[in-house]
Amino acid sequence: MGNDNLKQSTRAKGEILLEMRGVMIEGESDDVWHQIVKGVDITLRRGEVLGLIGESGAGKSTLGIAAMGFARPGCRFNGGSVTFDGIDLLAATDEERRKLRGSRISYVAQSAAASFNPAHRLIDQTIETATQHGIRDTSSAVADAKDLYGRLRLPNPTTIGSRYPHQVSGGQLQRVMTAMAMSCRPDLIIFDEPTTALDVTTQVEVLASIRAIVEEFNTAAIYITHDLAVVAQMAHRIMVLRHGKLVEEAPTREMLAEPKEAYTKSLWAVRKLAKEESTSPDLILKVDHIDAAYGNAVKILDDVSISVPRGRTVAVVGESGSGKSTLARVVTGLLPPSKGSVQFNGRDLPSALAQRDKESLRRIQMIYQSPDTALNPRHRVYDIIGRPLTFYHNLRGKALEARIIDLLKMIELDETYIDRLPGELSGGQKQRICIARALAAEPDLIICDEVTSALDQIVQEEILKLLLRLQAEFDISYLFITHDIATVRAIADEIVVMNQGKVVQQGLKTKVLSPPHPAYTELLLSSVPEMDPDWLTNLLQKRAAKTK
Amino acid sequence: MTLFIVSIVIFSLVEWLPGDFTKAILGQAWTPETGAAFEREIGLDQPPVTRYVNWIADVAQGDFGESFASRVDYRRTVAELIAPRLANTLFLASLTAIIAVPLALTLGIMAALYRNSLFDRIVNAATLTTISMPEFFMAYLLMLFLSVKLHWFPGLASVDADTPLPERLMRCALPTLTLTLVIVAHMMRMTRAAIINLLASPYIEMARLKGLSKSRVVLRHALPNAWAPIVNVIAFNLAYLVVGVVIVEAVFTYPGIGQLMVDAVTSRDIPVVQACALIFAATYILLNLTADIISIATNPRLLHPR
Repeated sequence: MGNDNLKQSTRAKGEILLEMRGVMIEGESDDVWHQIVKGVDITLRRGEVLGLIGESGAGKSTLGIAAMGFARPGCRFNGGSVTFDGIDLLAATDEERRKLRGSRISYVAQSAAASFNPAHRLIDQTIETATQHGIRDTSSAVADAKDLYGRLRLPNPTTIGSRYPHQVSGGQLQRVMTAMAMSCRPDLIIFDEPTTALDVTTQVEVLASIRAIVEEFNTAAIYITHDLAVVAQMAHRIMVLRHGKLVEEAPTREMLAEPKEAYTKSLWAVRKLAKEESTSPDLILKVDHIDAAYGNAVKILDDVSISVPRGRTVAVVGESGSGKSTLARVVTGLLPPSKGSVQFNGRDLPSALAQRDKESLRRIQMIYQSPDTALNPRHRVYDIIGRPLTFYHNLRGKALEARIIDLLKMIELDETYIDRLPGELSGGQKQRICIARALAAEPDLIICDEVTSALDQIVQEEILKLLLRLQAEFDISYLFITHDIATVRAIADEIVVMNQGKVVQQGLKTKVLSPPHPAYTELLLSSVPEMDPDWLTNLLQKRAAKTK
Repeated sequence: MTLFIVSIVIFSLVEWLPGDFTKAILGQAWTPETGAAFEREIGLDQPPVTRYVNWIADVAQGDFGESFASRVDYRRTVAELIAPRLANTLFLASLTAIIAVPLALTLGIMAALYRNSLFDRIVNAATLTTISMPEFFMAYLLMLFLSVKLHWFPGLASVDADTPLPERLMRCALPTLTLTLVIVAHMMRMTRAAIINLLASPYIEMARLKGLSKSRVVLRHALPNAWAPIVNVIAFNLAYLVVGVVIVEAVFTYPGIGQLMVDAVTSRDIPVVQACALIFAATYILLNLTADIISIATNPRLLHPR
């Protein structure tokens, strides 16, 4: 530890650590080079946490890694300079840069599950940086790693390291990765969306751990995210990026209180979308005391009953593993339940898909989370939307084409899109095509499985507005599966809260969202980050007070 | 189980071989009467199902029966015929494997490590050449240059049980070299591809961002996850060394099992053909099983369940 103290004392807070000037990075796709980062300046002082926010494709990640003097394969620097503690990273040799990476600048990636090597134990991967850079010997590195695991509040810090990555949860992996990044006590850590893939309740714990350890070691950090509320908890200063350029930069509180640019304001606005709730006694779907399991394994759904009124939206919320998607599979008939029944429009639905007739198939449609995998990349829009039209309504030729153009208009795309391949569409447009495909069948009920989770906030808002408009026009009911409370506020009439395969609470939106809550709903709702920069601090204090 | 199904397939295929066995054996001495008498003697007059059941029951006890061809003058069992030949083939296969597998892995890893370098391109071009040349052509080329012109190695590889080991190694040099050239290409390219395929994964980017050296990234982070495809190709090629060497054996007149089988087919020596085919099938199954076991053993997800 003597070494650490020495290192600590040489660190003067406030001195400039990283300086990026006019950084330009271009990337290659299909033999064409296009600019990803278009001249961005970043100045970071020791011990400072800078938040980088923006939509996907804004160049946040590319810029974050660029702070390590690294460009992903297929990308290259084509202008500007990166100076880290007096070292010009772009002029340095590969070997010099390699020696800095991991030891003085380290990186925490978005998907911990993919970024850990499946073949090695966690402890070996954690200490690798320190031992390979010759900073510690193996035994002191192991001791230090266990110490870090403890500080990051991982369970069983002395033994968790002997596990393989697939044996621990996502939130734990993300903390182990933070320990790995800390192992050399770097001057700077790049956090690249470290909590995006986590559930809200897990996210709170990881955010708290990261914030505590960064403060403890006075490490400077660049925190990349698309979630404003998250960045508000973590950063001293926020930079908003769009299309590879800086939109606005200000200290966190100032930025939250009065955003100046129109684009920044629009990011803020998404969270304010909210639907007036209403209900109807006319039920389109009734799920009655359902049990379901995969194979003979543990029950995924345990005595679940829900009902969906006609022309209304029922949002099913819960963490991953709560059984939300399994519920959708039961309703669609993909997974026959082991007990209970599904009634549609007042009649019992056969439990297995194969036994349902074409008419009941038509009336329940589904939209998936990832339009990239839900659309066949070799089919044109014409085929994608045309297929259900031919299958359910027997449309062909001119009539078919006219109907496709109609549907495209409903989803606010013009007829020029009819010949496009999914690869030629943006993420939001692809999701619109998925919606049109579901609409083509003229269904009574659409099951939306996390349909906005993969989209940026502004696109999310557009898709949600589209869904609401279609509901008003065609009296469609939605069973809307999501983990995002802001989305629920925007679209739901009723809410079903699920946890571990059971329904915790259900009812009208205002009733579920206002106290008193059952314990789990309380935990879930209080874990949703708010724009208030003191939210995390207050929440942690409140929870600590409760446990005492 | 697989072997049992294979045995049925082998037996049926041999049944359908064109030509009359008795005519092939008796030659000039064949008359309808002598032919029928001979068929009775060796049991060929029985219906196929009975013969299959008898054969498979014997094989299950390790008895491959007697060679048909041996009946005319003296008796030899199939096992006696095959044993020395199989030993020769296994000797050649092991020798080649000992050289080829490490060579292929080293070349493959080096090529992945120095991707798109001059070294990578040369190795790729060379292996592409050897993979696309017919093996008999390569065998004759090697024979022409290394044996006929340079006199480094003997051109023929005729060995018998009494050949001493150094002499044996010397004679096997050319066939070994030929086979090595043929199989290294396949294995090396798969090793390279399997590793390069992994280099795009997030955990490799993470390893790079941890500032690890290039060789450590490839050897410690990519290779352990690449074993499954590599091992499968190695198994496939080792099986080929036993099963597919007939052409190389023929070119170098090496007394291996491939040659024996070809001879047995020509002389309609059914028990020998069946035994050889069964050995080949068993080799394939055994090697693939080994590959599967290694694939599982190198996968921590399967080895250390949650």
